[in-house]
Amino acid sequence: MLQHRKPRPFNRREFSALGAAGLSALALRRAAALELGDPRRPYGERSPFEHAVRSFGPSVTPGTGSSRTPLQDLCGTITPSSLHFERHHSGVPKIDPNAHELLLDGLVERPLVFTMKELSRFPSVSHVHFIECAGNSGREHEGRPGETVQRSHGLFSNTEWTGVLLKTVLEEAGIKRKARWIVAEGADASRMSRSIPLEKALDDVLVAYGQNGEALRPEQGYPLRLVVPGWEGNINIKWLGRIMVTDEPFMTREEAAVYTDLMPDGKARWFTFVMEAKSVITRPSGEQLLDAPGFYEISGLAWSGRGRITRVEVSTDDGKTWTDAQLNSPVFPKAVTRFSLAWKWDGGEAALQSRCTDETGYVQPTREQLISVRGLHPGPDGFNHYNGIKTWFVHRDGKVSHV
Amino acid sequence: MYKRSIFYALAVLAFTATAADLAKHNDPKQTGSLKGRVTSPEAGRYGLGRPAAAADFTKHEYLVDPNGTGLPKGHGTAQEGRTIYSQSCAACHGLHGEGTNEYPPLVDGRATLKSDKPLPTVGSYWPYATTVWDYINRAMPYPNPGTLKPDEIYAVTAYLLAMNGIVPENFELNERTLPQVKMPNRGGFIPDPRPDVK
Repeated sequence: MLQHRKPRPFNRREFSALGAAGLSALALRRAAALELGDPRRPYGERSPFEHAVRSFGPSVTPGTGSSRTPLQDLCGTITPSSLHFERHHSGVPKIDPNAHELLLDGLVERPLVFTMKELSRFPSVSHVHFIECAGNSGREHEGRPGETVQRSHGLFSNTEWTGVLLKTVLEEAGIKRKARWIVAEGADASRMSRSIPLEKALDDVLVAYGQNGEALRPEQGYPLRLVVPGWEGNINIKWLGRIMVTDEPFMTREEAAVYTDLMPDGKARWFTFVMEAKSVITRPSGEQLLDAPGFYEISGLAWSGRGRITRVEVSTDDGKTWTDAQLNSPVFPKAVTRFSLAWKWDGGEAALQSRCTDETGYVQPTREQLISVRGLHPGPDGFNHYNGIKTWFVHRDGKVSHV
Repeated sequence: MYKRSIFYALAVLAFTATAADLAKHNDPKQTGSLKGRVTSPEAGRYGLGRPAAAADFTKHEYLVDPNGTGLPKGHGTAQEGRTIYSQSCAACHGLHGEGTNEYPPLVDGRATLKSDKPLPTVGSYWPYATTVWDYINRAMPYPNPGTLKPDEIYAVTAYLLAMNGIVPENFELNERTLPQVKMPNRGGFIPDPRPDVK
């Protein structure tokens, strides 16, 4: 919500100080004429003075890979669709919604095919949820902390998704008794596919066609995708073309190898779906500048794949002391909660941290706590599912850097 | 007139929804139930979608599970796979599967998983041979996914497994033998123990 601040009226002393001369000057004063503005336009664009963009480096697979959301430039909780992070393995397909269909087969009473029009006729729901890449902030785990919050935490976005509950679609086909899993397949060139336990599929998973009030963006799966609330990004299959109901997981490459977590004993955890409670300060954050000592609002984002955020604490002294931050409403489950804390910077050095707690009582751990259990063994895709506390260091000259 | 007043009453109700209502609306457990909705007598069925026909399945890839369900008929050996590999795979993954600077190796790494420099590859890490076939079929070769024929994929998979010392050079991989191949790291995976930090 935008907050409109009323212009402050003159107080009596200021008014009388203007004096008679001042009043007559006011009477003669004429502001510079303003030019007529731009005409109407059918699809809006942001102001030309705004420059926040997704960032991405070179990719070994040209044209595809990942791009990161500029979290430091955002306010509120919703990620503008144009700035939602991307991850695609074989490029963004161009799909005609009039030709796109969803096949639902496997252990169902009635294998069915749905057109986009039919899917939009089911009762619809709109839910706010984050999507976070499993590898988001994996470089923090590795010990190569991101210089900015975009680089450290930018594989992360929060959106109002609209669609039909997967439960509704599955029940339309009738689930057979033997069913335990579903396999979802994308219609991109890599035909990305993942297995999801039926219990989750019947809980809160969305077959989504809407993103922040309009159709999905192509990068986010146009015209149809899964939204699997609170679970690692990769399982939120985009360009959804098929759902097969099965009795076992299919052990696709992404679940049997890529998104596993290698432990120090050589064993690897798999089906580590949930993105655990995590928070990060976005303002002030790396490569920003505090102009002068005085008032600043420390502000950031907190989220948990297990439910609602119930508490966020902020430290300005490297975790020695903590103060409860304010949780700005709304606080939705498996969605971003923005927190804020009034802070007076005295011009000295400060180490800013945030730590969140979710409704299960889970408290965001430090990197040291995580490494003591999980070690430093990169798997096939480096480090996944990292959720440690992030520190920003404020220098005496007002510069903010990573630690 | 009566209809219109109902409409206004509903509009007022909708307008006075509180933040708590909104929060409730966002709670997945509170939505999706058919209770209170007007539905056909056959509750739970909306009569949407058409029955899937054989033609609907041909648009989709084979979905292959570890038991081999979904594998098409076909066969190939490592000897046959060598040529296909050198033409379609070696440019990125190296002539012997050793990888290049930017693309992952596909061989070696056995007994490195406990070390400080683990090398997780198809040979040292992947738990199922069916996954290799399925992934090549859906996503490889990177510039032209979906262009290899089933026999070629059996052959390339056999070549990868042979390079890793998992099957002999002349082993014929087909829809029956592929699911029986035992990968070295088959027992290397454990379920999610999280929350794991105390």
